[in-house]
Amino acid sequence: MSAVVDTHGHGHGHDHAGHAHGHGDPHGGYGGLMRWVTTTNHKDIGTMYLWFAGFMFFVGGMMALAIRLELFHPGLQYLHPDFYNQLVTSHGLIMIFGAIMPAFVGFANWQIPMMIGAPDMAFARLNNWSFWLLPFAATLLISAYFMPGGAPGAGWTLYAPLTVQQGIGMDFTIFAIHILGMSSILGSINIITTILNMRAPGMSLMKMPMFCWTWLITAYLLVAVMPVLAGAVTMTLTDRHFGTTFFNAAGGGDPVLYQHIFWFFGHPEVYVIALPAFGVISQVIPAFSRKPLFGYASMVYATSAIAILSFIVWAHHMYTVGMPVTGQLFFMYATTLIAVPTGVKVFNWVSTMWKGSLSFETPMLFACGFLFLFTLGGFTGLVLSLAPVDIQLQDTYYVVAHFHYVMVAGAMFSAFAGIYFWLPKWTGKMYNETLGKWHFWLTLITFNLIFFVQHFLGMAGMPRRIPDYPLMFTTWNEISSIGAFGFALSQLVFLYNLFTTLKRGEPAPQKPWDGADSLDWTHLPTPAPYHSFETAPQVK
Amino acid sequence: MKGWKLKTSKILAALAGLGALAASGASHALEWYFQTPASPIARDIDQVHQYVMWLIIVIFVGVFGFMFYSCFAHRKSKGHAAAQFHENTTVEILWTVIPAIILVLIAWPVTKVVIAQKDTSSPDLTIKATGYQWKWGYDYLKGEGEGISFVSMLATPRDEINNKEPKGEHYLLEVDHELVVPIGKKVRLITTGADVIHSWWMPAFGVKQDAIPGFVRDTWFRADQLGTFRGQCAELCGKEHGFMPIVVRVVSAEDYSKWVADQKKAQSGQAEDVNKQWPPQELVARGEKVYAANCVACHQATGKGTPPVFPALAGSKTVTGPKEAHIDTVLNGRPGTAMAAFGKQLSDTDIAAVISYERSSWGNKSGVVQPAEVKARRK
Repeated sequence: MSAVVDTHGHGHGHDHAGHAHGHGDPHGGYGGLMRWVTTTNHKDIGTMYLWFAGFMFFVGGMMALAIRLELFHPGLQYLHPDFYNQLVTSHGLIMIFGAIMPAFVGFANWQIPMMIGAPDMAFARLNNWSFWLLPFAATLLISAYFMPGGAPGAGWTLYAPLTVQQGIGMDFTIFAIHILGMSSILGSINIITTILNMRAPGMSLMKMPMFCWTWLITAYLLVAVMPVLAGAVTMTLTDRHFGTTFFNAAGGGDPVLYQHIFWFFGHPEVYVIALPAFGVISQVIPAFSRKPLFGYASMVYATSAIAILSFIVWAHHMYTVGMPVTGQLFFMYATTLIAVPTGVKVFNWVSTMWKGSLSFETPMLFACGFLFLFTLGGFTGLVLSLAPVDIQLQDTYYVVAHFHYVMVAGAMFSAFAGIYFWLPKWTGKMYNETLGKWHFWLTLITFNLIFFVQHFLGMAGMPRRIPDYPLMFTTWNEISSIGAFGFALSQLVFLYNLFTTLKRGEPAPQKPWDGADSLDWTHLPTPAPYHSFETAPQVK
Repeated sequence: MKGWKLKTSKILAALAGLGALAASGASHALEWYFQTPASPIARDIDQVHQYVMWLIIVIFVGVFGFMFYSCFAHRKSKGHAAAQFHENTTVEILWTVIPAIILVLIAWPVTKVVIAQKDTSSPDLTIKATGYQWKWGYDYLKGEGEGISFVSMLATPRDEINNKEPKGEHYLLEVDHELVVPIGKKVRLITTGADVIHSWWMPAFGVKQDAIPGFVRDTWFRADQLGTFRGQCAELCGKEHGFMPIVVRVVSAEDYSKWVADQKKAQSGQAEDVNKQWPPQELVARGEKVYAANCVACHQATGKGTPPVFPALAGSKTVTGPKEAHIDTVLNGRPGTAMAAFGKQLSDTDIAAVISYERSSWGNKSGVVQPAEVKARRK
């Protein structure tokens, strides 16, 4: 994959110089806001996805701070229990559907066409629509707070029959989920089509950058499971308003049916978030090790194996529901199996670093942080996969700690790695390395302050989703809350760095990272031009 | 210089605050591991967990030993040149197969515990736990104590929760009626829910079982230590989810028999004459207590509720309208809303009392209801 021949010229950016004055105005005649509304350019759309994700990350983060503020001391101080439940619910929905997923779609939009040598995404107008669905969905989701009864307070998992009791905000949330699902499915179809049809001549699937592979598999997962979620919430909607009883025993339904359907979506969803993160890490680690990714083929197989296994493990979220012993055992064995391909990936990353020539700029720091902490989250996942142990830990803070190691230290750290890694390519400007390092270390330390102690809380017996707690849990909660505010402040370092870079950053060198070898670095100038590959490069 | 000094003093103040906080925290023991097991299953869970944790620690140290050694030794700044190897079939097969073997080593002991957990056969005592929003109902179905039935609610006063009173030792983990079981006996626990899903969790026994409306599930425990054990509802069940604890008192066989006898006596004494005509003031006074225990969490002491989910009773159509509709609502609940059916939880007299209280408070003046009228509406 690293051996690429540029058949169109010797200098980087040869094609583009010709292009820029060939077409005149690159923005279709629109300026200002209308440029962004009407754009069909993958870079513009990627940028909008990333800003949207950043904004939602801020909104969801504020909710998390309110939660941690209430939990700083035992007793009810600031939040009504009902409102507390609403915050818990929205925090989850916003972070998953509003922040993490759009962030990685943003990366996909920017990077996939450039990495496979394509001019743009396959369906440019569809791409515009996939993005512009999001602000409307988010508005619906948040508008629930202003409805009578407020936002739903049933947890992001929206278990029936608690959802049937919620106010009208629940219906708005359901519609928001429908729209978010549409956006994801359209985006995924676009990504699949782009990757399968628009690779540069010579770039076989097995020569693609790993980031494209992980997104290809992710997109298939999304197409498979988002309709399932839409089905689950639609059934909730008809149970609420149209007299159906899918989840009501009195009419022949079953509340547990909801959980089966939800987690059939929910478990693959975990990998929808994790796989693109793996992809980013698989680009960053080789670049800063100055050494090719170890075990490329096994990485592809491991990613596929994880995706396939993710469809047969869903009921490990439901060990306490009361399944028969055979069900308990089947889902336990299948779940522990996931440790094998995940292990392969971790071993491959460590082997990529082994005997490399390592340097630790900010993207690499976040990648190493990811590797270390995500693996920790993987290990607690192994603990939770064991049904008897899970009986003790289900619905406790141990679970909360576990999935925040996977979601924050996993997905979010890798998103930061990706932003620092690609920002020079996108903007042509270099961020401040010292501030980047401060951002990493502060984030790492405060993250662990928040979440490491939550393992202890869970084991000692603190249930999740409670606004008040027994006195024996006080100390760890105080530490966790202090960590949360520290974590929030640490992100200001990032924001400051980002804005100063955009405004007056040093010009970035053509290829700031020695070991980066994908087409975007080797065949395009920095910053990347508005239209990338009008003529496909030849890949040997 | 001046600005810097100001900053330092602020930082010092913040650090002092942190220190004080840590000191105040230290007055509670730092719990960081499972509660002390009080049943064979809880002990098994603990052992399996420790076994797996040791394996994990060994793997963790191994893998990250490599990573940190590499981070230290293979740096560009030290002049380390990058090797260019990128695959090794033998190694890749080994690190696929060895983890799989480790998983089998884990699966064997764990499977035995799963099978033991699921074996609810031949119990000495069968108890049904019903999750209500937001309390637990217990019915002794079979074995010594058969027929005993009571509701168990949070006993922590609201003023402690709202920080108006200092918090007691068992804050949020105390109930008015504890579940009482004999030591060493196999107790089969049947769970169900009345409204939404709850989860009955007793950490010291290693038992957590969801309570699902319309279905029954079962689990079991054999407590092998005397004492009082405390847990909480583990499934989000609405507003007061954090306020429905579970408390089990494990007693000796003799004490258990004594407790059963006391309960039976109390229950037969409790049977009140439903045909008694109560003076209105007495009904209202009793109703105020029933209201405080069962209704106040949603409808509030002011009777104003928190609309629209929990409607106001002051001036409500149901409360100021015909008695029959009011009685039916309390007896049968309002399906599809948070309004629970109290018919099975409260006696006719208590229901009559609470309805009378509601109809005579917060400006409502719609008369009292006698127990016989409630009995007549029961189906």
